[in-house]
Amino acid sequence: MLSAAGDGTHCLLIAPTGGGKTLSGFLPSMTDLFHRLESGEQPGLHTLYISPLKALAVDIHRNLELPLAEMGIPIRTETRTGDTPASKRARQRENPPHILLTTPESLALLVSYDDARTYFAGLKTVVVDEAHALAGTKRGDQLALCLARLAELAPQMRRVGLSATVPHESDLCAWIAPDGDAEKIRIVRGEDGARAKVTIMDNLDLPWSGHYGLHAVDLVHEEIRKSGVTIIFVNTRAQSEVLFQELWHRNEDHLPIALHHGSLAAEQRRKVEAAMSQGRLRAVVATASLDLGIDWAAVDLVIQMGAPKGVSRLLQRIGRAGHQYNTPSRAILVPGNRFEVLECQAAIEGVDRMRLDGDPPRPGGLDVLAQHILGLACSEPFHPDALFEEVTGAGPYRDLSRKDFDDVLRYVEDGGYSLKVYDRFRRLFRKKSGEYEVAGPRIVRRHRMNIGTIVEEPMLKVRLRRGPALGEIEEYFVNGLEPGDTFMFAGRMLRFDGMRETTVMASEAKGDAPKIPAYMGGRLPFTTYLSERVRELLSDPKEWQNLPDQVREWLDLQQWRSVLPGPDGMLIETFPRRNKEYLVAYCFAGRNAHQTLGMLLTRRMERAGLGPLGFVASDYVIAVWSIKPATDMAMLFDEDMLGDDLEAWMEESSLMKRTFRNAAIIAGLIERRMPGQEKSGRRVTFSTDLIYDVLREHEPDHILLRATRQDAASGMTDIARLAETLAHAKGRIKHRRLNRVSPLAVPILLEIGKESVYGSGIDDLLAEAADDLIEEAMGNGPNSAIHGELPLS
Amino acid sequence: MSIILNGAHLVPDRAGAMFWPERKTLVVADLHFEKGSAFAGRGQLLPPYDTNTTLRTLEGCLKRYDAERVICLGDSFDDTGAGERLSPENRKRLQSMIKGRDWIWITGNHDPDIPTDLAGNPMPQLTDGALTFRHEAEADRSRIPSGEISGHFHPKARIKTKARSISSRCFISDGKRMIMPSFGAYTGGLAVSDPAIQTLFPAGFKIWLLGRDRVHAFPGAAAA
Repeated sequence: MLSAAGDGTHCLLIAPTGGGKTLSGFLPSMTDLFHRLESGEQPGLHTLYISPLKALAVDIHRNLELPLAEMGIPIRTETRTGDTPASKRARQRENPPHILLTTPESLALLVSYDDARTYFAGLKTVVVDEAHALAGTKRGDQLALCLARLAELAPQMRRVGLSATVPHESDLCAWIAPDGDAEKIRIVRGEDGARAKVTIMDNLDLPWSGHYGLHAVDLVHEEIRKSGVTIIFVNTRAQSEVLFQELWHRNEDHLPIALHHGSLAAEQRRKVEAAMSQGRLRAVVATASLDLGIDWAAVDLVIQMGAPKGVSRLLQRIGRAGHQYNTPSRAILVPGNRFEVLECQAAIEGVDRMRLDGDPPRPGGLDVLAQHILGLACSEPFHPDALFEEVTGAGPYRDLSRKDFDDVLRYVEDGGYSLKVYDRFRRLFRKKSGEYEVAGPRIVRRHRMNIGTIVEEPMLKVRLRRGPALGEIEEYFVNGLEPGDTFMFAGRMLRFDGMRETTVMASEAKGDAPKIPAYMGGRLPFTTYLSERVRELLSDPKEWQNLPDQVREWLDLQQWRSVLPGPDGMLIETFPRRNKEYLVAYCFAGRNAHQTLGMLLTRRMERAGLGPLGFVASDYVIAVWSIKPATDMAMLFDEDMLGDDLEAWMEESSLMKRTFRNAAIIAGLIERRMPGQEKSGRRVTFSTDLIYDVLREHEPDHILLRATRQDAASGMTDIARLAETLAHAKGRIKHRRLNRVSPLAVPILLEIGKESVYGSGIDDLLAEAADDLIEEAMGNGPNSAIHGELPLS
Repeated sequence: MSIILNGAHLVPDRAGAMFWPERKTLVVADLHFEKGSAFAGRGQLLPPYDTNTTLRTLEGCLKRYDAERVICLGDSFDDTGAGERLSPENRKRLQSMIKGRDWIWITGNHDPDIPTDLAGNPMPQLTDGALTFRHEAEADRSRIPSGEISGHFHPKARIKTKARSISSRCFISDGKRMIMPSFGAYTGGLAVSDPAIQTLFPAGFKIWLLGRDRVHAFPGAAAA
């Protein structure tokens, strides 16, 4: 590191988590600052440290301060985040510290100030921590653009990235490099830590379906008792709530066990983190909210509940344990069902071979670019040619076309509509020199309120009757609740009492089975590497010797009853069951892709007169049920289904509308809901869906719609995956007509009724809901769901 | 499908309009013309096409029903400056719809004054036979006229179906009075469970929810 600093080379330090990588990023700065101060220089802002987490910036700050104070070195280090009081911010602008620790959002704000040029003029080094967690995200796009700006303001600035091991190293280099040129980065490798010891939980009685791993709660509790400090990672918030509850049922010795997920009130999360730092906890049940964060040296065990969904993610999670010296991390995987055993097995092999997975970073978002351009205009006037040059120097934007750039600029200027009616409301003025400048202080103020690329789902506050606020919950989840429904939240069972203004009022409820089992927040994507390995494992009996007996028996039975899905091609089973016809396709393309496939298949089956009734998808398979049996598989699964049907459906889909909302907020078309604004008496809500529909009707090629499609396409790499799956299956479909359900199909059939069923259009659903109500009124209950008891013997 | 209000048979349209066949009258509420440009004036440059969409939907309704009279239940213009901001093409479209019809502008809180260069008759309310048309429902119980039809509240409801819950604009009525859904392209909604709406119907109400191609009737209790 020091040698790279000596010759001013930009570098990327790649090392497993822990290992003091962050502090080593600061060493050269400290040395340089020390010498400058010794020689009587006033260095001003010298080093900028950017972290994706506020808490991490604060923690690093503490770790820097202590040795500096002890050694009596007068290097000033300060943090600046969204939580920094205004008075401190003002002072920092007047008199910047030598080392400033901050977040991408706060940096974007600093860059938008009119004195940015002087403020950053003396900047020598920028250190980007957890670079792997930023590259490829919108926050990463924003940071890359800010780096390009800093390079303009401080050409001497050296870039240092700190990253965990990643699958796409050169993409990460390009992201952090000047001019997006990976060649300009020297990679420095940290020592490999001791290999993690990962096992599958022993003595499991494996259920047929489910993902929560509740069957293993006793064993998990036992492991917590035996270990020092344990982090128990789960895949969804709902799972964390249920598991936490179950653990406390068993917790007779009152071990301090806590809960941590993204919907809990920030204060509550802080408390848990502090308790963890001080060693007051024995275990914490956590979602991805703890994937990144401060090192807790005391953690000596990580338990992953349910399949890990990706090798890189698993490694990251395992890395949260055993940060002392060379103690190997210890991790135990708890598969939720028989299929997940295969996935856990594949993931363990992946960890052993350090076979990292995940998608390469996608190109930078146009919505982020729009926000950035307005921010720069707030700082000082710019010329479009120079600005284009500058932004294409940011890695994610190196392939940005001039047309896209010009369209984004026009959008920032006056909305970019072909109907020129907003001339008097423009945000930028064009000067005679060809430069653009911001149209007034009001625009600047509004912009600063809207900086940032994290857009939250519309959330509602949850408050306990006559009690405190517990946190926030997704609005769509609340929309599905009726007064009296019970659900799990913040580690408690709650009863929904109703809404007061925009707050969810709830009271404590008794019992242990909530009526509304799950809200789906934060499902993890299933990587291609793992899905391929699961498929290989499944198709080759020679690889089964490490599997638990129950799983081997299950697979043997499948061989006997039907056939195994081969290493390639696609197995489709059809069978009758209770007057319905089932079709189960083993596609291994991930749940999102399967859901799209389910929608397309049911449309096609509708046209073929098969009377599809619904479908359900897992990461491995999809099941569709209908009135008549499907026979012509080549026709049903032909890849041409990805044509017009898909496009039509996509444009109308809630995914597109949600993506549009995010783009519209980031690009500043509409404002974020500010805290407190909900109470201003405007009860009439104005949804971005309305804007989406109108814009699509009149200007389908508007830059924000293009940004939306670009996002949706990269957010839905599963469509590409689906296309690949279908292309690959062509001519290689293996169709088995069975007289009853096959062993391999049992898990997915058990999901029916637990998962939402998709399929029909709005009008059909509404008509059906109206009919159900009539039926109910006439004394017949609503149709009961198809459930359980699958005769296998 | 028809709704009986104070003895009059009314046809709810999927676009949010209502037709009264007996009087060849089409009724729409809360058009909010030029709401987009009003936002732009406050710094949010929303697509300036909401008026185009609203007009197109209205033209569609006029094609479906043989309407000799059109009643707009107020808040037809988003604000008093909306008339000026109306584009020449949209003004022409509107004028050609008005031409040859008895066009009534009920005035609302957003548009106490209707742009003077537009044809049609502005009035605060209108009673015709069994029905009274006004912008906002009468809150004073002793003064509620039978057969009152109003807008103002932009009612919407959320219905649970087997697959997911669906939220949409809706008509609400208890047989004596009716509140119509908002018609303008950028008009959001107020949940029918809101006290502001509930207190107007002490004996409960039914709702007619706008689907994509049809209107669906539900008891008020089905809505969240």
